Amino acid sequence: MADLSNRFAGIKSPNPFWLASAPPTDKAYNVERAFKAGWGGVVWKTLGEEGPPVVNVNGPRYGAIWGADRRLLGLNNIELITDRALQTNLREIKQIKRDWPDRAVVVSIMVPCEEESWKAILPLVEETGADGIELNFGCPHGMSERGMGSAVGQVPEYVEMVARWCKQYSRMPVITKLTPNITDIRKPARAAFAGGSDAVSLINTINSITAVNIDTFSPEPSIDGKGSHGGYCGPAVKPIAMSMVSEIARDAEMRGKPISGIGGVTTWRDAVEFMALGAGNVQVCTAAMTYGFRIVEEMISGLSAYMDEKGFASLDDIIGRAVPNVTDWQYLNLNYVTKARINQDLCISCGRCHIACEDTSHQAITSSVDGKRMFMVKDDECVGCNLCVNVCPVEDCITMEPLAAGALDERTGQRVPDRYANWTTHPNNPMARVNEPAE
Amino acid sequence: MSTGQFAKGLAGGRLSPEQYAENFSDLHQPFTEHEARVEADRCYFCYDAPCMTACPTSIDIPLFIRQISTDNPLGSAKTIFDQNILGGMCARVCPTETLCEEVCVREVAEGKPVQIGRLQRYATDTAMSRGVQFYERAPSTGKRVAVVGGGPAGLACAHRLAMHGHAVTVFEAREKPGGLNEYGIAAYKSTHDFAQGEVDYVTAIGGIAIETGKVLGRDIALSELAADYDAVFLGMGLGGVNALGALGEDGAANAVDFIAELRQSSDLSALEVGRRVVVIGGGMTAVDAAVQAKLLGAEEVTICYRRGQGHMNASRFEQDLAAAKGVTIRHWLAPRAVRVEGGSVTGIELEYTRLEGTTLVGTGETLVLDADQVFKAIGQSFVAAGLNGSGEMIATESGRIRVDERGRTSMRGVWAGGDCVSGGEDLTVEAVAAGRDAAESIHRTLSGGGIDG
Ligand SMILES: Cc1cc2nc3c(=O)[nH]c(=O)nc-3n(C[C@H](O)[C@H](O)[C@H](O)COP(=O)(O)OP(=O)(O)OC[C@H]3O[C@@H](n4cnc5c(N)ncnc54)[C@H](O)[C@@H]3O)c2cc1C
Ligand SMILES: Cc1cc2nc3c(=O)[nH]c(=O)nc-3n(C[C@H](O)[C@H](O)[C@H](O)COP(=O)(O)O)c2cc1C
Ligand code: SF4
Ligand code: SF4
Ligand code: SF4
Repeated sequence: MADLSNRFAGIKSPNPFWLASAPPTDKAYNVERAFKAGWGGVVWKTLGEEGPPVVNVNGPRYGAIWGADRRLLGLNNIELITDRALQTNLREIKQIKRDWPDRAVVVSIMVPCEEESWKAILPLVEETGADGIELNFGCPHGMSERGMGSAVGQVPEYVEMVARWCKQYSRMPVITKLTPNITDIRKPARAAFAGGSDAVSLINTINSITAVNIDTFSPEPSIDGKGSHGGYCGPAVKPIAMSMVSEIARDAEMRGKPISGIGGVTTWRDAVEFMALGAGNVQVCTAAMTYGFRIVEEMISGLSAYMDEKGFASLDDIIGRAVPNVTDWQYLNLNYVTKARINQDLCISCGRCHIACEDTSHQAITSSVDGKRMFMVKDDECVGCNLCVNVCPVEDCITMEPLAAGALDERTGQRVPDRYANWTTHPNNPMARVNEPAE
Repeated sequence: MSTGQFAKGLAGGRLSPEQYAENFSDLHQPFTEHEARVEADRCYFCYDAPCMTACPTSIDIPLFIRQISTDNPLGSAKTIFDQNILGGMCARVCPTETLCEEVCVREVAEGKPVQIGRLQRYATDTAMSRGVQFYERAPSTGKRVAVVGGGPAGLACAHRLAMHGHAVTVFEAREKPGGLNEYGIAAYKSTHDFAQGEVDYVTAIGGIAIETGKVLGRDIALSELAADYDAVFLGMGLGGVNALGALGEDGAANAVDFIAELRQSSDLSALEVGRRVVVIGGGMTAVDAAVQAKLLGAEEVTICYRRGQGHMNASRFEQDLAAAKGVTIRHWLAPRAVRVEGGSVTGIELEYTRLEGTTLVGTGETLVLDADQVFKAIGQSFVAAGLNGSGEMIATESGRIRVDERGRTSMRGVWAGGDCVSGGEDLTVEAVAAGRDAAESIHRTLSGGGIDG
């Protein structure tokens, strides 16, 4: 069986599946259950300063979007950091780490952006024996209004400064958790590493309003008729998170730095995708909150079966494997010509491909052939865009088939060239750099 | 436990009140809101959807289903009613397995069609239970139209005419309007007096007067109607019942009368049904009579059909339904003589049949089934007598009224549609389509369009 053990920023865990800092990791009770279920590690629910804890709203704190079958697709919350006393949390963390020495226990922290505050809390955390800390620069609601969370994460200089304090006042590995509520994720990531951060984790939740009640005109979740933007997470955010992870992974300055991938991880496959894009492990919140801790069993068995099938011995065989294939648009091969192909044996004649292509794309699919209802691709119109594939309800019914070099592209009347060529050298590009070697 | 099932001969009260209630509740439970949305989500919103083509009233099925999935059941109901004002009844009685659902791409793909009928019921029930009306009468045209027969064809015709501002009078022979919706459809398909509720819903548009107990040919003459009204629509259905051509035929009851009595009964336990029942026939009526006899507590119900299974007019779904309810279906048996002793039916003698080429012949071998009750359900026929006087003027074909593609009879100013017209399938939904289209043709004519006149 493949070896799933994970070493992330010097922190060891038996598998790469960690629970993200959130309600599932708010108490010893939950974490104990999580470890029994098999989770490799946890990032404890974010701790705040000593003193009276934060308070949460007492009305609903979650909003959601669902598929028609009520499958949860996206979750949003307006919860704050832990609302339990600091000492209680510290005591429980210590106990848990003692009872579960082989699991990763990382503590998430968010205190005011002042050196004294960080200096005060770090030794307390270190004393618990925790494996590391995660700096919560991500929380988009509530805490950000108080100058913490994403208010810090959106200013690279602050990120760097706080990371530096943490490295200065503790020996623990430091993971900086990034907010996605920013235009260029590479800026705060670079700042985190510049400040001495050992790793980054991303994404935290995305600013969002999931719904408006169109009778009362209150945003949901509604607290006495009013709502506030909350943090969005769950399957819906995965594409955004993966793109951000890959941006950091392929950044020249940060290549090879540890990244903990977060955002919509629900199955072993999601985890493999994140790791292929450069994540050294993954963290999970919404999936656990939707289905309970037992999902990790599927994640472990799925990942291990996949690795066995591929002959991958360790996670290193996966991590970063897709990164070289993420490139800029300008380097994509313009001589790669595909045509949609409909498998008539699988086709159930719903006509969706036709109407999608006819109304919104390139008028390249028939609705009838010789007077009979039939859907066929017109090669002389098909631009190979893949829309029909995505709207077809039957898996693998439409496939995109590349034309071999030398074959005639009926749409352009040209033969497919036998070489790679991209936009940088394309004649239509006013900035074409002739003879520039492509990446 | 009720042992009434084994009471000899004809008997009522075979079941407990709870069993009657249970047996005659909805065949298909209505969808809850969540179920409807999940089912609606299965629809692919097909382009040029095959289901829509298969619907005799051409309801925009993908659109109405999408409206359900987007939480717009009233918009959905309007989409349905725009094409089929009796969409509520059709949702309950259409043999969807041979219409829209048969060609649904998901039936083709996976043998599990989108449940279009149940979704249609969900949408129409929502609108009807809230009393939402979608149509208003156009300003009065001053034209008057007589509609003969208050069944699906007549009602659909009347509604569409009223929408266009014409004043409609419906002449209905029976005590209640609704036609076979009221007197024929199986009780478990139209529960809670839905048929009358629907008549009220349809006539709420105004401009439709219904005169019950008025029989064309007895109380009124076609010649009078033709003279007094600007147009006449005939939607009289099929009044006659085909004969068995067997000895002792009198002992056999008409399945349609049995069903009508059942539909009108306010106390099912008062209805007598045999311990052993034989139904002769192979169509929807035979199945309905047999199943309902069983549901009334008959111990043994047998349908005898003179040809093979594949020849039966009842769909596979209906045959399976009968089997599931405990009805036995026997094939290749033709009735020879109903046995009657001392005024009571005791059995029926049947002869085995087979096909010689395309003709059905008796094999000579016979069989006697014990029975306390024998029903004939071998088809109904059009009774032309009502057209008295005008009978010669109105052309018929295959025993029913002949119409052209616009629903016009051979008599000027007289249209017809539904079961009384030749061709077609004798389905509620087809009657609705015919009534609606005839109304449009009448309207064009009355508005001076001329082309249909
Ligand atoms: C037992 C049975 C079960 C059926 N089940 C189904 C089913 O599940 N699904 C389905 O789609 N179809 C079913 N059908 C067929 C369906 O009921 C008919 O196709 C449909 O009702 C035809 O409508 P119509 O308006 O043409 O005729 P009808 O419904 O027969 O209505 C004709 C009306 O005209 C009146 N009338 C007749 N003669 C005169 C006269 N001389 N003067 C005044 N009024 C007159 C009648 O009283 C009646 O009210 C069933 C039929 C039967 C018999
Ligand atoms: C209710 C809730 C509370 C959260 N609280 C915290 C928190 O205290 N600290 C933190 O760093 N992230 C917090 N998060 C963000 C999650 O750790 C995680 O980054 C995010 O949910 C994306 O992962 P997912 O798609 O697997 O849920 C919270 C998320 C949720 C749903
Ligand atoms: S690939 Fe694009 S252009 Fe080609 S048939 Fe499909 S939708 Fe049309
Ligand atoms: S979308 Fe797919 S199943 Fe539907 S008609 Fe096109 S190819 Fe066939
Ligand atoms: S055929 Fe089926 S899937 Fe397609 S529109 Fe009709 S109900 Fe929907």
